[in-house]
Amino acid sequence: MALLDIEGLSVRFKTSSGLFAAVEDVDINVDRGEVWSIVGESGSGKSVSMLATMGLLPWTAQVTADRMTFDGQDLQQLSPRQRRRIVGGEMSMIFQEPMSSLNPCFTVGTQIDEMIKQHLGGSRKERHERALDLLAQVGIPDPARRIKAYPHQLSGGMSQRVMIAMAISCNPRLLIADEPTTALDVTIQAQILELLLKLQEDTGMALILITHDMGVVAETAKHVVVQYAGRQVEKQDVKSLFANPRHPYTEALLSALPERAGNQDRLPTIPGVVPGQHDRPAGCLFNPRCQYATEQCREVEPVPAADDPARTLCHYPLEDGISPSPAAAGVARDNPQSSPHREVRP
Amino acid sequence: MSRDAVLSAVNLTRYYQVKGGPFSKAATVKALNEASFELYPGQTLAVVGESGCGKSTLARVLTMIEPPTSGKLTISGHEVSLKEGQRPPAALRREVQIIFQNPYGSLNPRKTVATMLEEPLRLNRKEMSAEERRQAALEMIAKVGLRPEHADRYPHMFSGGQRQRIAIARALMLNPKILVLDEPVSALDLSIQAQVLNLLADLQEEFGLAYVFISHDLSVVRRIADDVIVMYFGQPVETGPAEEVFTTPRHPYTQALFSATPVADPNRRRERVHLKGEPPSPLAPPPGCPFAPRCHLATEECTQVDPPLEHVNDRVEVACIHVDQAAAKYAHAEAS
Repeated sequence: MALLDIEGLSVRFKTSSGLFAAVEDVDINVDRGEVWSIVGESGSGKSVSMLATMGLLPWTAQVTADRMTFDGQDLQQLSPRQRRRIVGGEMSMIFQEPMSSLNPCFTVGTQIDEMIKQHLGGSRKERHERALDLLAQVGIPDPARRIKAYPHQLSGGMSQRVMIAMAISCNPRLLIADEPTTALDVTIQAQILELLLKLQEDTGMALILITHDMGVVAETAKHVVVQYAGRQVEKQDVKSLFANPRHPYTEALLSALPERAGNQDRLPTIPGVVPGQHDRPAGCLFNPRCQYATEQCREVEPVPAADDPARTLCHYPLEDGISPSPAAAGVARDNPQSSPHREVRP
Repeated sequence: MSRDAVLSAVNLTRYYQVKGGPFSKAATVKALNEASFELYPGQTLAVVGESGCGKSTLARVLTMIEPPTSGKLTISGHEVSLKEGQRPPAALRREVQIIFQNPYGSLNPRKTVATMLEEPLRLNRKEMSAEERRQAALEMIAKVGLRPEHADRYPHMFSGGQRQRIAIARALMLNPKILVLDEPVSALDLSIQAQVLNLLADLQEEFGLAYVFISHDLSVVRRIADDVIVMYFGQPVETGPAEEVFTTPRHPYTQALFSATPVADPNRRRERVHLKGEPPSPLAPPPGCPFAPRCHLATEECTQVDPPLEHVNDRVEVACIHVDQAAAKYAHAEAS
């Protein structure tokens, strides 16, 4: 049985103009010791789906799921009290902005201690020892001094290390990292990712990494979920995702990467923008931007084929980079859509 | 080169004075230290480095927002000599325009797109009539890939990519020769980033613009840059043609930076050049080479002398006393 087993997760927010489905029909099954990544652009619902798993969304959110279990416990049936015992302890999360995730009024020692006190208990001295151990484990030099530091005395990379120390303080079985390195420089990013992977290996916890950076996905994750506008469009292991993307969105996203564009004069682009709350198209959500879209795509919402392990949300999933869509015949592969302003030139 | 440089910088330096308070001493922050380069029409010079390396200070000096503390800046053949607090001549100011990272912060929320685009004309081209200005704004809107009906909308009605297009349009209204792009695509989603990069490439071709492209995203830089300056702690540590710097990085910092950048290819697992620690505080610069505390090749000598940029060949300059050793080690690691 999977450690985290989520099926048909939907999150809707009550807004002044009605319900807004931020996440719809997302399935994630994470086993012990696995490294997953959820990738998508802003507004794809990647953070919201994980916040829903953690139970951290505000009251305006309606979370529904066909199944949502963690280690065999049904998260939807638990009382808030029981749930809080799991969240932060067995399942914990780190966030994008390490600077604003820490409380500026308390020393990092106090903040780590709070976690240990809540979930593990122990005497003051034991907890202090544990906090020192944790700081050393996440690679903070001179832990005895740093434990008394306030967040403003730490750099971004150090703050993120403190956040990681807090998150792993209770030996979680699942760690969710929401864009943990987006706010950091590349050399620091490399250090933090390496630290997360090392901790994952040492402790055998499962790791879910939310990111928008395809490079980070390629170098860290084993399995990838791609989300677009709140929908899960495909789910594959990392090597086959990069070699053979199944959904046209994934294919377009990968070819928009500067390093994969090769010697083409211009980068291949995806025209248009991600649909927002009020301009959701009928049929497939990606159809206005998809180069293979047909009448069917514009009218009928796709469902993943039952025999498709990647659960591709597309009427015409790509096979080895070739779309079976009737519209694909008209698309010249070596001639990506040029940017729109080209048309207006004389 | 046969063509004349549209901008040349010789030993540009910018220091900031930090005032002392009751708990701290006054200090000098060397935000930019002796940067020299030349920029040609139609070329892109990329400036890469981590936060705090002086990239944005360089942008402020080049756009004449701030005068350099020392050094010589020449734009279109005119030497810019500014005193602190003095305004640069308007004629030179028109030649250099800047585009900022955050398109949400750099547009005035209370002005329509057309008003923003016409404003530079209203201030600088007094002879133009309102009708002509409007026409010019509409032409520019079409050039950057927006529609005519967008002209009378406000910034909040646009997405991030569209706002960046507006910022680009505004910068081009006075036909500048140089665009300073301070992280122009970092705030944009991947699919939008490609659109904006293509637009910049098209505009560069059409107007023969020279770009100073400031970025930390090496995959973007590698794609669009002709020349590269790698900066660390306010100093250029390696400069040269982009192709050569990317294929054979010679400074240990450049090597570490490149190997730390994630590559979107799951089959490629590289051995990283490990980089310990973090950049030093600008208020307490280390003695000698500023990179020495993090460098795996650092020796006693590195903590004593701050190496100047020196030519390794006629194209590439590197500031490192162990450059031969670093280059050899990197070539060995890549080969194995």
